[in-house]
Amino acid sequence: MSDLTEKRIIFKHIDEAGYSNDIACYQKHGGYENLKKAVMLNPPDIRDEVKKSGLRGRGGAGFSCGLKWSFVDRKSGKPIYLIVNADESEPGTFKDRYIIHQDPHQLIEGTMISCFANDVKQAYIYIRGEFPEGARILEQAIQEARDAGFVGKNICGTEYTCDIFVHRGAGAYICGEETGLIESLEGKRANPRIKPPYFPAVLGLYQCPTIVNNVETLCHVKHIMDMGADEYLKIGTPNNTGTRIFCVSGHVKKPGYYEFACGQVTMGQLLNDVCGGPLEGRQFKAVIPGGSSAKILRFGEKFTIKNKDGTTKEWAVEDIPLDFDSLAAAGTMGGSGGVIVMDDSVNMVDALANINAFYAHESCGQCTPCREGSLWMKKISTRMVHGEARPEDGELIKNVADQIAGRTICAFGEACSWPTQSFVAKFGDEFKSYADAKKHKPADALELV
Amino acid sequence: MNLKPETLTRIDEVITHYPEKRSGTLPLLHLIQEDVGHISDKAIEWIAEKLEIEPINVFEVVTFYPMFRREPIGRRHIKVCRTLPCALAGGYKTCSKFEQEFNTHRGEVSPDGEVTVEFVECLASCGTAPVVLIDETLHENVTEAKAKEISDQIKAEAANRG
Repeated sequence: MSDLTEKRIIFKHIDEAGYSNDIACYQKHGGYENLKKAVMLNPPDIRDEVKKSGLRGRGGAGFSCGLKWSFVDRKSGKPIYLIVNADESEPGTFKDRYIIHQDPHQLIEGTMISCFANDVKQAYIYIRGEFPEGARILEQAIQEARDAGFVGKNICGTEYTCDIFVHRGAGAYICGEETGLIESLEGKRANPRIKPPYFPAVLGLYQCPTIVNNVETLCHVKHIMDMGADEYLKIGTPNNTGTRIFCVSGHVKKPGYYEFACGQVTMGQLLNDVCGGPLEGRQFKAVIPGGSSAKILRFGEKFTIKNKDGTTKEWAVEDIPLDFDSLAAAGTMGGSGGVIVMDDSVNMVDALANINAFYAHESCGQCTPCREGSLWMKKISTRMVHGEARPEDGELIKNVADQIAGRTICAFGEACSWPTQSFVAKFGDEFKSYADAKKHKPADALELV
Repeated sequence: MNLKPETLTRIDEVITHYPEKRSGTLPLLHLIQEDVGHISDKAIEWIAEKLEIEPINVFEVVTFYPMFRREPIGRRHIKVCRTLPCALAGGYKTCSKFEQEFNTHRGEVSPDGEVTVEFVECLASCGTAPVVLIDETLHENVTEAKAKEISDQIKAEAANRG
């Protein structure tokens, strides 16, 4: 049996007795030593180190952080901005909340190292509106760091100057999309921008080169600075380096957050051994592995996976190693690390109706397929639950989803269609027989929509 | 606009955070809503003038973001998370309990003006579902029983206030 001990790097001090979120405590634990080290280096060297580390973005897409930084237009003569994406809003994800509340200086140090590495003079932390306390904690922490010379003018006594401001969102999921976030920071509706030509690295905030990174990603930069890319590369597996924070919710005995090296544990180990297995008398039915937009996995299904040498192997859901590439090979994604578990008490039509209500509420309304389609999907699945359900509804709703993905400006089109496509593909029978199932629904059945 | 002096100070400070004034739209809306309780037509015009933009630029932002409201709400704002992980843990029952306790419906102000109960989307604390955000405080693992306790406490505070 492989090692099931958590490897805590980012969450090392989360919920640690006696650890507080002030700068004194942070510095007592070696805080800001890496920023001091960084400002003595050449920015391109830090960028190379991050590229070499293989760090992939923790917000959802898993895109290479070093590569993202390499796209920045450094010749335009315009200021370069860095925005911390703290809009954490993918259902099932709750890692950034703990970092912001309990270890804000870790984020600030990672941000400042990244700013220095990219010649950034102004950074913003875009924090979701539903974190009012988090916003206050961050502002307080930034002020402490400013007073100590780690943010603002002449950082660590050098010529380098860079400030950070906190900017609060106001309840719109789409602000997690980086160009929607930029529009929002400019004071507008968060309609994502057409790409290309407006890749933020070239034309972002105020039409200037802009880097947008997730909270957890920037925290990793601090640790890459600390241990060096060579050591960091040893954590996880090739192309899936570092640790991941898994946020487990739903029907397990011990929901919560767990940090492991990428690929260190399988889905089965995470849910059965780490999270204590299903609730008493229940069995696992399905799991969404990377936030609610990730395609669902059905317990009992098998995946045929190609090995590098051309041979194949078979995986059950429990066998999938939790890293970006393995989850992609199983037809889903690691996404934001939000693992939502459902047991056999859940009817999948009910669960999909809940998810569809979310995406219909959150579509920005800019592209017709998404604006209309997400609403139709919600209406059909809600009608199935609260009105008349027809055997052909599953096919109908999937047909709507098929016409959204790939036809929108931003990835929300995919995010809202993947649940419907995967639920219907894997639980088609439940959609066909829902009218019947409703007749036998116990009075105390879980209400999901 | 009758804003508190500290709100005005914070407004003038926050505008300096951005190279373009229009970026102050969301921060100003938050500050004014925290001060006055909701965003009136007057507030929209006031912000537009302050940021040198058109009132429609502010109005379209108010209508886009769920957290901004055009009407006053109850003294306390109870936001129950509706999204899947909370729903799997009984979030719908939690919401109904609050509605029942305050004799109100989702999205409405209770008859005594004390609370507004609302269903909102994911509050990003799925590991401690179901969760409820009351004003600015997050309450975790809010079962029906806990919802009752919290309701009783709110009622007691209201009674003490007279």
